[in-house]
Amino acid sequence: MASAATSRLEGLRDRGAALGGVVQPVSLLLVAAAAGLIVGSLRSAIFAQLTVQGLALGAVYGSLALALVLVYRATHVVNFAQGELAMATTYVAYQLIKWGLSYWEAFFATLAIAFVVGAVLEVVLIRPVLHRSVIAAVIVTVGLFILIDGLVNWVWGGDFKFMPSPFGTKIYHVGGVSIARLYPGMFVVVIVSVLLVWALFRFTKLGLGMRAAALRPAESALVGVRVEWMLAIGWGLAAVLGAVAGLVAEPSQFVLQPTLMQPILVYAFAAAVLGGLESPAGAVVGGLAIGISLNLVVQYVPAITTELQTPLAFAVLLVVLLLKPSGLFGHREVRRV
Amino acid sequence: MTALLELEDVEARYGPVHVLHGISLAVEEGSVVTVLGPNGAGKTTTLRAVSGTVRRSGRIRLGGRPIDRLGPASVAHLGVAHVPEGRGTFSELTVWENLRLGAYSRRGSIQPELERVFSYFPWLSERRRQQAGTLSGGEQQMLALARAFVHRPRLLLLDEPSLGLAPVLVAELFRIVRELNEQEGLTVLVVEQNAHLALQAADAGYVLEAGRVALSGTSDELRADDSVRRSYLGY
Amino acid sequence: MKARIPALASLAAVAALLCVLPFTLSDYNVSLVAQVGIFFVAVLGLNILTGYTGQISIGHGAFMAIGGYTTAVMSRDHNTNLVVTMVMAFAICFVVGLLLGLPALRLSGAYLALATFALAVSVPLLPLQWSKFLGGRDGVQTAKTVSNVWLYGAAWAVSAILFVLAWLILRGRVGRAFRAVRDSEIAAVASGIELPVYKTLAFGISAAYAGVAGSLFVLATNGFAAPDEFGIVLSLKILIGAAAAGLGTLWGVLVGAAFIALLPTVSSSVPVIGSSHGQDVVFGAAVILVMLLLPGGFAGLLTQLRRLKRA
Repeated sequence: MASAATSRLEGLRDRGAALGGVVQPVSLLLVAAAAGLIVGSLRSAIFAQLTVQGLALGAVYGSLALALVLVYRATHVVNFAQGELAMATTYVAYQLIKWGLSYWEAFFATLAIAFVVGAVLEVVLIRPVLHRSVIAAVIVTVGLFILIDGLVNWVWGGDFKFMPSPFGTKIYHVGGVSIARLYPGMFVVVIVSVLLVWALFRFTKLGLGMRAAALRPAESALVGVRVEWMLAIGWGLAAVLGAVAGLVAEPSQFVLQPTLMQPILVYAFAAAVLGGLESPAGAVVGGLAIGISLNLVVQYVPAITTELQTPLAFAVLLVVLLLKPSGLFGHREVRRV
Repeated sequence: MTALLELEDVEARYGPVHVLHGISLAVEEGSVVTVLGPNGAGKTTTLRAVSGTVRRSGRIRLGGRPIDRLGPASVAHLGVAHVPEGRGTFSELTVWENLRLGAYSRRGSIQPELERVFSYFPWLSERRRQQAGTLSGGEQQMLALARAFVHRPRLLLLDEPSLGLAPVLVAELFRIVRELNEQEGLTVLVVEQNAHLALQAADAGYVLEAGRVALSGTSDELRADDSVRRSYLGY
Repeated sequence: MKARIPALASLAAVAALLCVLPFTLSDYNVSLVAQVGIFFVAVLGLNILTGYTGQISIGHGAFMAIGGYTTAVMSRDHNTNLVVTMVMAFAICFVVGLLLGLPALRLSGAYLALATFALAVSVPLLPLQWSKFLGGRDGVQTAKTVSNVWLYGAAWAVSAILFVLAWLILRGRVGRAFRAVRDSEIAAVASGIELPVYKTLAFGISAAYAGVAGSLFVLATNGFAAPDEFGIVLSLKILIGAAAAGLGTLWGVLVGAAFIALLPTVSSSVPVIGSSHGQDVVFGAAVILVMLLLPGGFAGLLTQLRRLKRA
C-alpha cells in the first residue's frame, strides 16, 4: 500500500515538472536579469565590460559545475577533486606545448587524455567504494584532491608557468566599450563544448544510455545498457569539461600555478547547488549568474570587498538552499522509509 | 520442439536470505509458460535469476548457451527482455526514448521495429514526445510491453503484468501477448497472480512453493489438478 | 560486565602511556603527540555528528577557526586565563553549532556537505574583512604562549574530559535517539523522537568539540591565529580523520587522529619523498588506500584483528 501511494506521489511530481510549474518563475527571473544587463551595458561602458568579463568567467564556473553535475548524476558523488583534475590536465597541456605541439593540438590531445584519466579514476578508485557508501567515495575524492595537488607540485613545482594565450592580446572596440578578445574567446570555447556535451546526451544512443543509467541503473541493465561503462564514460566526460574549464581559465589568470582551479571550484560548487546539483542547464545558468553578479557587486557595492566575494557567494547559496533546499532547478527527492 | 530456456537446480539468495532452493524448469521455443505460486515462493526471483539481476548458482541455458554467469546487460544482448514488476518505466524520459531504450541492444535502424510496435499500440505513436511518467498506470504497462517488443526478444520475461490494472486492460494485454506468440513465435515466461488468466494464456505452467517446484504440467493438466484448483483458481 | 573489563583496562593503559610519554620523549616529539590529542578532540566531535546521526560536515575547520580566534582575541584583549578561553570557545561554538544546525535540518546528503564546505571556505575569510578586531591577514597573537609540555597536558586532559563527556552523552537516551536518527529519520520520528531537537543538538556538541580543538590548535602554533592556518585543508583533514577512524571505538578515533596529525610530518622525513609536496602525495595516496582497503576504517580493522587473534 505504502509503495503504491509513493509511486502515485512520484507520478504527480513528474507531472508537475513536465508542466514547468517549478521552472516558470525562475525563467521569468532570468529574462528580467538578462534585460537588466543589456540596459545597463548600453548605458555604461564599464558595466558592459564587467558584464562581458563576468560572462566569460561565469562560463568557466558553469562548465566545471556541469562536470560536477555529470558526476553527481551518474554516481551521486560530489567530486572534490574535479578542480584539481582540471588543473592537472592544464599542466599536461603546458607540457605538450613545451614538447612542441601547437596550442590547439595540445588542447585536443589534453581533452583525450582527460577523458581516459577520468574514466580510469572512476573504475579504479570510485567503483570499489561506491557500493559501500557515498561518503566513502566522497572521501576518496578528497584524498585525490590532496594527491593530485601534491603530484603537480612535485612534478612541475609551485612556481608560475607561462602558456601562450590562444586568444592573443587583441582588443575589440565596440561603441565606447573596449573588450579584450580573451573574454569572448573563453565564452565561445566553453559554450561550444557545453553544447557538444548536451547534444551527445540529447541526440545519441550513447547519451540516452547514459541518462538512463543515471536515472535507473537496474532497469537500464535489463534493456542492455552497460551501466558500469556508462558511469565511467560519465566521469570521463566530466574530466573533459573540467579540462576545458582549466584550459580557458589559465589565460584569464595570465599564469599557470597549482592553485589555478581552487577558487573556481568553490564558485562551481555554488553554481551547481544553485542549479540543483542534478540539473545540467541549472549548473551552466548558475555559473553565468555567479560570474556576472560577483563581478558587478564588487564594482558597485562599496561594502563588498574582494575579500567578501566568496563569503557573499556562499551566503547567497545558503539562502537559496534554505528557501529551496534542492536548488532553483531541482525538485525535491521523495524520501522513503 | 527444443527448449529455449532451461533452468537446472538454480539457487538464489538476497544476502543471507535463501529464496530459491534448486529450481528446474524448461520453456519450449515458441510457447507461453506461466509461473504460479503464493507470495514469497520465489516467482519474481526466478525471472531475476534468468535476467541476471540476482546472485544465483546452478545452470541456466538460453538456446543451449550457458548464461548463468552473465550480468543483466549481457543477458539482454542475447535477446532476453525482462519487464519487471512495477513496469520499470523511465518516467523522466519521453515515450519515444523509452522505446529507443528497449532496442538498446540492437544495432542499426529501429524504424521497422517501431512501426511494428505502433501497429499493436497505435496511441503510442501520437504520444511519443510525452514524458512517460505522465502516462496512466495502464498506459505505462502497455509502454513497458511495447518497449520489450521493440527489442524483438527471443524470450520475454513478464512479471505480474496484471498488477494494478483494470480487468479490461489485463485482458487486452494478454490478448496482445498471445497474438505475438501465435503470429511471431515469441516465447514468453510470465509470472502472474491471476492464475485463471495465466493458465488461459499459457501452454504450460509451474507451481512454486517455498523456492521449489511443487508441480508442473500443461495448462490443462494444472487446471484439472485439485490442489491448484483449490489454492489458485478458487473453486 | 565482562566485556567492560578489557575496555577499561585498555583505557587505563592508554592513560598510563600518555602520562609516561612526556618524560621519555624529546620536546619536539612531545609537541607531535600533543597534535594527536588536538586532532583527537576534533575527530571525536565530528564522529558524534557523522557516526551517530549520519549528518556529514566538511566545515569543522570553520568551528576550529571560531574557537581558535576566541582564545586568541580574549587573550590579546583581556589576558584571560587560557583554560577559561577554552571553555568560552566550547560555549560559543556550541551556540554557533546549534544556530547552524537549524538550517542544516533542511539539508541532507550532498547539499549538507556542500553547505558546510561553504562554511569552511567562508569563515577564514572573515578576519580579512574585520581586520581591526580579527587581525586581518597578519593574524592575532595571544598575550601568553605555552610550552610544549603544557600543551601536551592540556590537549590530553581536554581529550580525556571530552571523551568521558561523549561517553556519558552517547550511552543514554540521547545516544539512542542519535542512532535512531541515523538509521532511519522517518522511523525515528514515528517512534516519538523530536528529530529537530536531536539533529541540532548533535551539531552543537560536535561544533563545541571542534571549537576547543581550535583553541588548542592556536596554542600549538605559538598562540598565533591566522586565516591561512584554518584553510579548507584543515576541514578536509578532520573529515578524513573521522572517516579513517570508523565508527564508535576509542581506538579508531585515536588512530584516525594520529593518522592525520602524524602522517604528513613523518613522511616528510623519509629521504626520497623529502619535500613538502612529497608528503601531500603520500598523504593523499594513504587516504585513498585506507578508504579502499579498510571498509570500517581503523575501528573495523581493529575488530578484524581481534577476531583473527581469537580464531
